Amino acid sequence: MSTSAMPQKLASVTPVRSGAFGLRHYLVCLKGIVLRECLRFLHQRERFISSLVRPLVWLFIFAAGFRQVLGVSIIPPYKTYVLYEVYITPGLCGMILLFSGMQSSLSMVYDREMGNMRTLLVSPFPRWFLLVSKMLAGVAVSIAQVYAFLIVAWFWGVKAPPLGYLFVLPALFLSGMMLCALGMLLSSVIKQLENFAGIMNFVIFPGYFASPALYPLWRIQEASPLLYKICIVNPFTYAVELIRFAFYGQVDWVSLGVVAGCTLLFLAGAIIAYDPSRGLMTRKQDTGGNA
Amino acid sequence: MSVQHVRTGGSGNEVAALDVVGVSHSYGPKRALNNVSFSIAPATFTVLLGLNGAGKTTLFSLISHLYDTRHGSIRIFGHDIRRASGEALRCVGIVFQARTLDLDLSVYQNLSYHASLHGIGGGEARQRIAALLETVDMQGREHDKARSLSGGQMRRIEIARALLHRPSLLLLDEATVGLDVQSRAGILATIRRLVEIEGIGVLWATHLIDEVDDGDHAVVLRQGNLVASGTVSDLIQASGADSIRDAFSKLNRAETAGIAEISP
Repeated sequence: MSTSAMPQKLASVTPVRSGAFGLRHYLVCLKGIVLRECLRFLHQRERFISSLVRPLVWLFIFAAGFRQVLGVSIIPPYKTYVLYEVYITPGLCGMILLFSGMQSSLSMVYDREMGNMRTLLVSPFPRWFLLVSKMLAGVAVSIAQVYAFLIVAWFWGVKAPPLGYLFVLPALFLSGMMLCALGMLLSSVIKQLENFAGIMNFVIFPGYFASPALYPLWRIQEASPLLYKICIVNPFTYAVELIRFAFYGQVDWVSLGVVAGCTLLFLAGAIIAYDPSRGLMTRKQDTGGNA
Repeated sequence: MSVQHVRTGGSGNEVAALDVVGVSHSYGPKRALNNVSFSIAPATFTVLLGLNGAGKTTLFSLISHLYDTRHGSIRIFGHDIRRASGEALRCVGIVFQARTLDLDLSVYQNLSYHASLHGIGGGEARQRIAALLETVDMQGREHDKARSLSGGQMRRIEIARALLHRPSLLLLDEATVGLDVQSRAGILATIRRLVEIEGIGVLWATHLIDEVDDGDHAVVLRQGNLVASGTVSDLIQASGADSIRDAFSKLNRAETAGIAEISP
């Protein structure tokens, strides 16, 4: 095998920078991923409008119509009777997070089909960090949508205690992380965008309706013990309750534990799924030894 | 002929820009790469030749760690892609076959996003973006939406993006597919300039034989097998052909099943 002589100036080319990334580099990377997600969201005005209209329709129409039918007794964290609109507001916040979390996973499937996902996955940063950053970006967008909804609801007369708007932030963050992590896990097993609609129907609607978002659990238990059991094992139930209690400056510790646990579980699943050496992304890969 | 591990270009003393050793890969029962080995030296232009389905994109996916290398090993400037993927990927710039720009974002936003994926932010990113847009002849277009660019312009931006973190090895997977003759020539000239002036090693995957020069190094894949490796002139001579086009045709017609390294 002959080798060509290299020009002198090129012979000195050596590997580029070595050494690990520092905290500053990680922050730059995180900022870039969050900024991109926000820019994409701002460029898709229809997405923002639809994300706002959906819960408002429930608040303005559904809640007004069912106010008389679906009475709510005094249950924690409420200390008095509350309007039905007040009761379903935490559920509607959860609904925004649920749809947004699934939307961000939809964008990952889209990115993968379009090839954009590759630019993320070939970054030299650890893949777990890239996925967590992507999740944080999705959660930031989700929380912005929730607050936009809460502002409109406030003008509609649906008000939480003033400090509740601050207390609810960590609950929204944690619930958003859980739902984004679930979405990310789902996106790893979905091959094509067309398959995503089915998953949405199997995840979003059952997840939303089999929860205390629209009616309290005791009412569900009275109506159907089986449905009640389903609600109990539904992680979204705990996200809604965590948000509901946080509005009143309280912590529902069971909900906090379940949501935190599910977040870790779904996140670990997503990281494994997107790991080229272990994950579901490798299902199409080598299955045997050398031929 | 059975020599497995060949090297294209370089003096032989420095660390190889890319070292592929005994790599195999399958999609289920279908074998896409079979015991492929070659290495390329820094600051050389190496063409990865193969017809559609030869395994070029699979090889790129393994080198870029999108797929896991389960059989064999890949080293980039000495960094194993499995064990030290971060270090290895910092040395590589990649232009994928599929367009990967975010069409809703501007040229600057696309490049800035990529810079952040390599930990480059703020003023440094701005400076590099400005310089690279000049390198690829796209200065003044930073605020254009990616959607408004032609195919050739998108490719130029993708090349600028791949160079943002100053890699020592550039991988381009069929970068000129779907472009007109003028755009293809322009992009190829830009890449060759980078090898000459910047000393960047390039692995240029293509099935378009007219993109190959006699002075280039070449690695030829056929149905997942490495069938030849060496300088283009060596390939022509060893295969008894008149031109690289003839040599490529012969190599793709060859009935020999094993690896046939053409090495004078």
